[in-house]
This record gives sequence, C-alpha cells and structure tokens, in this order.
Amino acid sequence: MTMMVLYILLVLMIVGSIIAVEIKDLLSSVVALGAVGLGLSIVFLLLKAPDVALTQIVVEIFMVIILIRATLRRDLESSPTRSRPLGAVAAIGFIAILMMIATTSFKDLPTFGEPAMRVAATYLEQGLSKTGAGNLVAAVMLDFRGYDTLGEATVLFTAVIGVSAVVRRIGRKKANRLKGRENA
Amino acid sequence: MMAVYVLCLALFCVGVYAILAKRNVIKIIVGIIIAENAVNLFFILTAYRVGGRSPILSPGQEIMRVVDPLPHALVLTSIVIGLATTALLVAFAIRLYEKYGTFDIEKIRELKG
Amino acid sequence: MSLIVKTVTRLTVGLILLYGVYIVSQGHLSSGGGFAGGVMIALSFVHMMLAFGKETAFKKLSEAKALFFESLGVLIFLGIALLGLVGGVFFLNFLPPGEAFRLFSGGTIPFSNIAISLNVGAGLFTVFLAIVLLNNDSERK
Repeated sequence: MTMMVLYILLVLMIVGSIIAVEIKDLLSSVVALGAVGLGLSIVFLLLKAPDVALTQIVVEIFMVIILIRATLRRDLESSPTRSRPLGAVAAIGFIAILMMIATTSFKDLPTFGEPAMRVAATYLEQGLSKTGAGNLVAAVMLDFRGYDTLGEATVLFTAVIGVSAVVRRIGRKKANRLKGRENA
Repeated sequence: MMAVYVLCLALFCVGVYAILAKRNVIKIIVGIIIAENAVNLFFILTAYRVGGRSPILSPGQEIMRVVDPLPHALVLTSIVIGLATTALLVAFAIRLYEKYGTFDIEKIRELKG
Repeated sequence: MSLIVKTVTRLTVGLILLYGVYIVSQGHLSSGGGFAGGVMIALSFVHMMLAFGKETAFKKLSEAKALFFESLGVLIFLGIALLGLVGGVFFLNFLPPGEAFRLFSGGTIPFSNIAISLNVGAGLFTVFLAIVLLNNDSERK
C-alpha cells in the first residue's frame, strides 16, 4: 500500500517537473516547481522522516516567493528559435552515459528497505544515554556531527553577504560626482 | 532493478536536461532546483527501513526498528544550503536583467557589457 | 493590498511567529529544530512586509538590526563550540545530560538550536529585503 502511493507520487513529480521545464510562461513554470516540492514533502512523510518534511515544505515556500518576485513583471522571454542544439545533444549524451553507469552500479546498493547501518547502530544505542535528547536526528546533527552544522552556518552567512554585495546601489553623492565629471 | 531508484534517477535527468539545453536563465535555475531535489530524495530513499518508525523516541518505548537517522541529518543541511544557493542565483539573474534587458543567455553573450 | 489580506495578516502573523519559536524550543524533544523554526520566523516577517508594505516592516525589524542578529547567531554557535575546549575536545557537549524528555535536557543542544534559528531567520529576512529593494529601485527608473 505504501509502495503504491510512493510510485504514484514519484510519477506525478516527474510529470510536474517536465511541465516546469517545457512550458513557455515563466510564472506557470514557477508554480509547477512549487507543486514538485510539495509532492517531495509528502514523499518524505511516507518514508518516515518528519524533520526533513517540515524543513522541505517551509524552504519550498520561501523559494517560490523569491522566484515569483524575480519573474513577476519581467517580459516573458519565450525563446523565438529552438533551444541550443549543441546543448541538447550534450545533455542526451550525458544522460545516456549516466543511465548506463547507474544501471550497472545499482546492484551494489542495499535492497530498498534494509539499510546497512554500520555507523548509525552506535548512534541508536548510545544516543539517548550520552546526550539526553529525545530527537535522535537533532542529537546526530548538533552533537555527534556538529562540525557539519558549523560549516552550514558559515555557508548561509556567506550567501547572505554575497546577496547584499550584488545588490549594492551607488549612493547619490557618488552618482552626482560621476555625472559632474562627465559634463565637465 | 529497484524501480524507486530508477524513478529518482529520471527526476535527476530532467533537471540536467534543463540546465544544459535551455536558453532562459530562469529555466536554468529551475533545472538546478529539480536536480537538487532528486539528490535529497535519493539520500532519504537509502535510509528507509520496511516497517520502521521515525527516529524520535518517546518515553517508555524501547529502541525497536528505527529508520536510519544519519542521512536525515545530512539532508537537513543540504536543503538549507540549496536555499542559500538559489537566493544568490536569483540575485544574479535580477542584476543581469537590469544590465542587459533580457534573460536570454545567447543575447547576453553577444552584447558584452 | 486589499482589506481581506490585511485583516487576515493582522490576525495570523503573531501565531506564525509563536509557532516558529515553539518548534525551535522543542527541537530536542520532537521534530523540528533550528532550521525549520528559523525559516518560519523569517516567513512571518516576510508575510507582514508583503501585506502592509515596506515601511511597517522596517519599523519592526530594520536592516541593520537584522544583520546584527545574524552575526550574533553565528558568534554564539562558534562560542559554544569553542567552550567545549574546557572539557578538552573541540565541540564537546559539556553541560550535564539531565533526565530524558524534559525541557532542560540534552546538554548544549537547546542553546545551539536557538543560535542557529537566529542565524537562519535573520539571514533569510536580509536576503528577502535585498531582493525586494533591488526591484523597487529598478522600477523607479
């Protein structure tokens, strides 16, 4: 029963993503992207991962807000000619190679439903007694693997500084000084 | 072959096709987001255990079959980093539109500042 | 924005902020944690800005204050990591674990959650302000 719903949701996500890529109107494409993210959050719930589903849905909402703000009043650039032919050939070649390599290496993955938990067995047994937290994912993320979270905080900080730097406006005094120098 | 992994790979291939073969900057950003979603889905798929419980313990319940909590922690970090990257890309796209007046990368390549 | 949007926003934006704070504070007992709660807090400010305009949002949380909170969040997280050197190892969880499933348990995990929520929330609000202000500036020309 779970597997049937999982397959149906995955097929719906693939159809939604194909619509998001191929449609000419930019606003409809962003809305279809929102639908893909929502379906992904439901799939996470079915796979018994409530933390990840909660984070995915709020992040998806924020992403759709930013994308709509970027594409709302721009003119709809529907490409007059075809898409780049060299790019399409390269994409199909890359996908063919990826499929060939993937189907030969899928045999080495553990079967779906039985993870080979070599490291996580220790986390499950000693997590509650060593840290005292009930949420094992938070204990892993903030205590056993705290270095990765420190790196993630740094990446977020750098991205915010980057956005502030791109958006920098020339102050009024400097613009007037440049205009004065052109006139003189 | 396990069918769920093949479907996840198909989602990734749709994203890669959008990155390589589209001319509009917004479509390229959409392709990057789809490829990132596919990779996160793949991680959570490898952590599922049939008949398992979510990795949140409640008082008075012993540790029985619980799904793997390690990929959950990695994917949480990855989702937020994906949001930061997308915000930076959108800021670049808006700046490109202000400077060149179009979203088409073939025309931007011809204009050259 | 129309009157319906303004009235609904006035009623619900406080609840969204409170729910975000709840998810951050119960991060070590139930699902959630710093990241989801931080994004929810940022979304509540974004909601108020979308419904009422830029001026009202600036009165609640101006750009300088948002940057200050974000730097404070990262510095607190780094400080907690360095204080672990007291016990001898970087990032050691030096506070006592306490009994399980109470609010004050889990060592340094609740403080790390609060620091991360400050970092993520204020940072995302700054990103939204920057993108919106850039749009307004270009349209005025």
